Amino acid sequence: MSEPQKHWLVRAETIRLLWKIFIAILVVTVLAEVLIHKHEHFGIDGSFGFSAWYGFITCAAMVVGAKVLGYVLKRGEDYYDD
Amino acid sequence: MMIEMPPGWIIIAGALLIPLTKGLLRQAVMVALPVLSLALIWTLPEGASVKTGFLDYTLEPLAFTSVGKLFATIFSLMVLVGGIFAMRTASTLELAAAFLYAGSAVGVTSSGDLISVFIYWELMAIGSTAVIWAGATEGAYKASMRYLLMHLFGGVVLMAGIIWHIHATGSIEFTVLGLQGPAQWLILIGFLVNAGAPPFSAWIADAYPEASPSGAVFLSAFTTKTAVFTLLIAFPGTGVLIPIGCFMIFYGIIYALLENDARRILSYSIVNQVGFMVTGIGIGTEMALNGAAAHAFAHIIYKALLLMTAGAVLYQTGKRRCSDLGGLFHSMPFTTVYGIIGALAISSFPFTSGFVSKSMISSSAAYEHITWVWFLLAAASAGVFLHAGVKYPWFVFFQKDSGLRPAEPPKNMQVAMFVFAFLCIAIGVFPEPLYSMLPYPVEYKPYTADHLVTQFQLLLFAGLAFFLLLPMMKRTETISLDFDWLYRKPGLALVKWFLCTVDGVWQRIEAAAKGSIAQAVKRSYDAESEQPKGYFGKLWPTETMVVWVAVLLTGYLVMYYV
Repeated sequence: MSEPQKHWLVRAETIRLLWKIFIAILVVTVLAEVLIHKHEHFGIDGSFGFSAWYGFITCAAMVVGAKVLGYVLKRGEDYYDD
Repeated sequence: MMIEMPPGWIIIAGALLIPLTKGLLRQAVMVALPVLSLALIWTLPEGASVKTGFLDYTLEPLAFTSVGKLFATIFSLMVLVGGIFAMRTASTLELAAAFLYAGSAVGVTSSGDLISVFIYWELMAIGSTAVIWAGATEGAYKASMRYLLMHLFGGVVLMAGIIWHIHATGSIEFTVLGLQGPAQWLILIGFLVNAGAPPFSAWIADAYPEASPSGAVFLSAFTTKTAVFTLLIAFPGTGVLIPIGCFMIFYGIIYALLENDARRILSYSIVNQVGFMVTGIGIGTEMALNGAAAHAFAHIIYKALLLMTAGAVLYQTGKRRCSDLGGLFHSMPFTTVYGIIGALAISSFPFTSGFVSKSMISSSAAYEHITWVWFLLAAASAGVFLHAGVKYPWFVFFQKDSGLRPAEPPKNMQVAMFVFAFLCIAIGVFPEPLYSMLPYPVEYKPYTADHLVTQFQLLLFAGLAFFLLLPMMKRTETISLDFDWLYRKPGLALVKWFLCTVDGVWQRIEAAAKGSIAQAVKRSYDAESEQPKGYFGKLWPTETMVVWVAVLLTGYLVMYYV
C-alpha cells in the first residue's frame, strides 16, 4: 500500500507528530509540578518529578524482569497437549 | 410492599426459566430478572431478614450488610449487562449456568451464616464450571475439569474450616472471624483459592480464556470478587493479606507481559487487580476497606468491558492471539474505543472509574505509613498501564496490520459495551454515588492537583517505557509455566507411575496365583496312566460323597458331645 492510501493514523508523518505531542505532554506533566503543592509521605516521593522517573524506571525493570523470567518460564503452546 | 426474599434467588430462578423459554421471551426474562433483583436489593427495608432451620442451626440467607448490598448491586448489574452481551450468541447451557453462577454469587452477599455461604460457594463452582464447559471445545472441556478440581479442593478446605469453626465456637454467624486458629486459617485458604492467591493463581488464566466469547465475561466478575467480598467481611485488617496481595499484583503484571493470548492477558490482570483489593483488605483501615470495595465495583465493570471487547474480536475473527491480531481499529472503531476506555479505567487514568477507587487503597498505605507497600503499589499502578492499559489495546487493535477487516460485533454486544464504557467514565467523573454506597463514610477527595499531576506522570512515563521497550516485547507463540505445572506434569507423572506400579504388582500376584493353581492341578494328575494321582480322584463321585457325609456326621456327633 502506498503512503497516501494508508489510514491517516498509521502514516509515518502522523506517528512522528504523535510522538512530538506525547513528548510535549510528558514535559508539561513534569513542569506542572512547579505549580502545585505536593504532599509527601516518605521523603523521596516529594522529590521533583518523582512519579515520572519512578514510573519509567519501575516499568523498564518489570519489562526486563519479565523478559528474563520468560527464558525460564516460556514453553511452546502445545506443551501440555500430550 | 415487596416480599422479603434473597435477591439471589430471583436470578437463580433464571437458570430454570432460560431453558424453558426462547426468542424474545427469553431475552425479556434475562433483562427482567436482574432488574427485579436490583429493585429488591434497594427497596428491602433496613434489617430485612429471612431465616430457615437446618439441622440444629438457624440459617439466615437474607441478612444484608452495606458492603453486601454493594456487591449484590454490581453482581446483578453484571448479569444484566453480561446477559445483554451474550443473549444472541451464547448457548442455552451457558446462559442458564451463568444465571445459576451469578445468582449464587448474589446469594453469598446476602448470607448471614457460614453454612449458606458454603452452599452458594459450591453452587458457584458448579455454575461456573458449566459456563466454561459451554465453550464446547476439547480445550474448554479439559480446562473446565481442571477448574472444577481446583474449586472442589478449595470448597473442601473451606468446609473443613467452617465445620471446625462451628464446632469450636458454636457460632455459624458470617462475620469478622480473624485468624484465631487453624479453623479460621482453613476458611481463609478456602476463600483465597477463589481469589486466585498464590500458589493457586494459575486456574484463572488456564480456564477463563477457554470459555466462549461471552462466557469469559461472566467468569471475570463473580468468583474472584465473591472471594474479595468474603475476605472483606471475615478477615479485614488481617496482615498476612498484604504480602499475598502484593504478590498477586506483580504476578499478574509479569505473566500478562509474557502472554500472547489477548484473553489470557486480561485473565492475568484479574489476579493483578484482585491483588490490589486483597492488599487493601489487609491494610484494614476504613479508607482501605472502602477502597477495596469500591475497586471491586469499578473493576467488575471495566474488566467485563475489556473481556467484551476481546470477546467481540474473538467472535468476529475467531482469533485470540496477539500475534494473529492487529490493526483492527480500521474496521472495528467502536470496539476499539470501548477497549481503550476499559484499558484507561483499569489503569486508574484520571476521569475513569479506576482512578477514584484504586487511589483510596494506595492513599491508605501512605496514611498508615506502610512504606514498602506504598512504593510497590505505585510501581504496580504504572505496571498495570504497561500490561493492560497499553499492551492489550495496542496489540489487538493497532501494532502491525494483520490485514483482518472484521465488522463490528452484533448490536446487542455493542449495547452492552456502550453501557459499561459509559459507566467507566461516569463513575470516574461523578464518584459520589459509588462513594455513598461504601461501608464507611468517605472523606476522600480523588481530584486534587497533586494527585492528578503525579498520576499523569506515573502513567504517561509508564507508557513511554512501553513504547521505548517495544522491541523487547515482541510476541512469541508461547505459554508460561506456573504452579499448575506441578500437578499437570510431575504430579500427573507421579500418579501415572503409582497406577502403573500398583497395576504391575497386581499382575504379578495374579500370575503367581494362577501359576501355583496350575502347578497343583498338574502335580495331582498322572499323565502316563491318564488318571488322577490322589485316592479320591480314583473313586466315583458318589463314593467320595459317601466318605465326606460320614466325616460330616462323625464331626457332628463329636461336636454334640463336646
